[in-house]
Amino acid sequence: MANMTLTKTPMPEQDPKVRARNFQEVALGYTEEMAKEEAGRCLNCKNPKCVEGCPVNVRIPEFIKKVAEGDFKAAYEIITSTNALPALSGRVCPQETQCESKCVRGIKGEPVAIGRLERFVADWYRENVNAMPEKVPSNGKKVAVVGSGPAGLTAASDLAKKGYEVSIFEALHTAGGVLVYGIPEFRLPKSIVANEVKKLEAQGVKVMTNMVIGRVLTIDELFEMGYQAVFVGSGAGLPMFMHIPGESLKGVLSANEYLTRTNLMKAYDPDSDTPVIKSKAVAVVGGGNVAMDGARCAMRLGAEHVYIVYRRGEAEMPARKEEQHHAKEEGIEFKTLCNPVEILGDEDGRVCGIKCIRMELGEPDASGRRRPVEVPGSEFVLDVDTVIMALGTSPNPLIRSTTPGLDTNKKGCLIVNENEMTTREGVFAGGDAVTGAATVILAMGAGKKGAAAIDAYLSK
Amino acid sequence: MKNCFDKCSKRIYNEYNEIEWAENACPISNVMDILLKDGCVMYKIVRKKELNDAVTLMEIEAPFVAKKAKAGQFIIFRIDEQSERVPLTIAGYDREKGTVTIIFQKVGFSTKALGALNEGDYIRDFVGPLGKPTDVEGKKRVCVVGGGVGCAIALPAAVAFKEAGAEVDVIIGFRTKDIVILEDEFRACSDHLYLMTDDGSYGEKGFGTVKLQALLESGVQYDEVLAIGPVPMMKFVSKTTEPFGVHTVVSLNPIMVDGTGMCGGCRVTVGGETKFACVDGPEFDGHKVDYAELMSRNGIYREREAEVAKDHVCRMEAMGKALIK
Repeated sequence: MANMTLTKTPMPEQDPKVRARNFQEVALGYTEEMAKEEAGRCLNCKNPKCVEGCPVNVRIPEFIKKVAEGDFKAAYEIITSTNALPALSGRVCPQETQCESKCVRGIKGEPVAIGRLERFVADWYRENVNAMPEKVPSNGKKVAVVGSGPAGLTAASDLAKKGYEVSIFEALHTAGGVLVYGIPEFRLPKSIVANEVKKLEAQGVKVMTNMVIGRVLTIDELFEMGYQAVFVGSGAGLPMFMHIPGESLKGVLSANEYLTRTNLMKAYDPDSDTPVIKSKAVAVVGGGNVAMDGARCAMRLGAEHVYIVYRRGEAEMPARKEEQHHAKEEGIEFKTLCNPVEILGDEDGRVCGIKCIRMELGEPDASGRRRPVEVPGSEFVLDVDTVIMALGTSPNPLIRSTTPGLDTNKKGCLIVNENEMTTREGVFAGGDAVTGAATVILAMGAGKKGAAAIDAYLSK
Repeated sequence: MKNCFDKCSKRIYNEYNEIEWAENACPISNVMDILLKDGCVMYKIVRKKELNDAVTLMEIEAPFVAKKAKAGQFIIFRIDEQSERVPLTIAGYDREKGTVTIIFQKVGFSTKALGALNEGDYIRDFVGPLGKPTDVEGKKRVCVVGGGVGCAIALPAAVAFKEAGAEVDVIIGFRTKDIVILEDEFRACSDHLYLMTDDGSYGEKGFGTVKLQALLESGVQYDEVLAIGPVPMMKFVSKTTEPFGVHTVVSLNPIMVDGTGMCGGCRVTVGGETKFACVDGPEFDGHKVDYAELMSRNGIYREREAEVAKDHVCRMEAMGKALIK
């Protein structure tokens, strides 16, 4: 008999007051008992809608059944048959708009906590088994993967499982892409990413860091080196700014820079040499997950006030509800329906405030969200010493500008056909490089599709 | 012994404590063996030369970088796991040996730490070539103006212009005689070399801009003036050439983190537009750069850097004490 409780088994979390000042993980994960109890809520539908809602089609009811039975190892094997990185997706996927949004238990009450269960299974396996996958005998074909973010790692893993000799070329000094430079430690511990990379290496994947494709090597040179196909998962690119007065003042940073200093370069660690601004009051402009990450990092680095400044309303925020909720719990102040018009500086060129104007919502725009309109005469100043711009990115020009025949759309994103192949024969792409800034799981889905397409292409 | 610790990362230090040391063993080379065994690719310092009290030349083994490097491009180095990423413009390369030369002034925390390393030591990361190369094609006569340690980067540009067939005038300026660098190298690659010192202790007395002004007034026609040096110097070179309408290029050195087009820390305003030095530069039209903004932004972390330098000494002392125990 299923557990008919209407609500999810609660996730143990660090106390908001405590965690707002540390970089340890916020959500602590289910115990075995909690996992079994929650797994009991799954009705094991004959026609599981949740699977359709998952970009990598995890066999959700099957793995949950194994969790309910206490066979966590079998559950892990079911998940990893379609999802190479469950410890990551279990943490950072927007389940509420994907698998969990389709769950029949969600019609009356809360859906089954699929994400929490996925995370539990992945963590249980890492802590109790952590067997390194074995190298599949080589099929003699070489594939290059550009970028080691979620798209690249997934593509590399799927290709390695099929016997391809895969090399990952990573531009930074550590593998993981956005998983290490962008998403903060308190949402996704870096040791988990490192463990996934280790697993790939056990499968025979070569991970080469400090390899900026487009500069150190071009795509054409990769082919000359004997790679028969290339998967480009180079990720998002240059940060966008608002082009308002004061954006070049000292204390205005892109979220990419702030997060990279904090996460990849570990500026929160007193032993790190990389400096980060020690702020008293911070305004983060934007309403996405990156904005939430920036704000929560600022709080942890010791700011007294952290504001989210967003031009639409809270309901329109693209950030996950859970992230918004966590941010609020940690004391982050939401200034919604506010748009910055100018950043103010002192005589030394440092930020001393941000002038905003109040907005109200008008008619829906092309995105279907109601268009924010300025309220005349409603300007006000927030006293801040740091402004973090989390407005999205525009694609990195390095690969497209050094690869003849590689076409991009107006925004600069790589164009791919239904088989994930770009306009260059043998060059496939996926993730933010194709879609523009999106989520980890969509990039993983693209990596998976890319790997399948490469396999089909090289098996012809 | 303590010297070795100046090069140690925390990771090395942790492993270090687990090893029983033979008498008189060289700790640093053993430590490097550990790292290399782990599959860490590291970059070896194959040559080190002090050019003057403050300026050091290093030749680093980095075959991938050497293969592609061109004048005007830069690298990013990182000494160890705790270190920051620091950009430096390439001063030379040897494609056959697979080495890249960097010349740097020991001014900041990380350049001082790099300067403390020796031939045979390794650094953790050395990535490049980044940025766009100097555009040397199709120029009949150019003037390369180098200021102080900026001369290190002006040299490969002068060489590249020469190889592309241009007549190359070089003006290099220094504060005083003791810090003059690369004189012979510049003499070899230039058609006219003008060496200036602020105090007149060597070459001609005066700033490089004075000489440049005189050359332009005497009617010399340049297709391009390339200025590389401290920001104020590049600003004044651009001011000097502006009335003459001579195309002027400057090589900028803003603060960077990744250097690959991700963080946006290196943004500069050029002709009213936001440009990113790491992918759009580092060379820009000298008449269009907002120098005041660049100088201000370069000072963002000055106070914090002083703090790090202080903390770092304490960290090393603590490590040293732990070992002696």
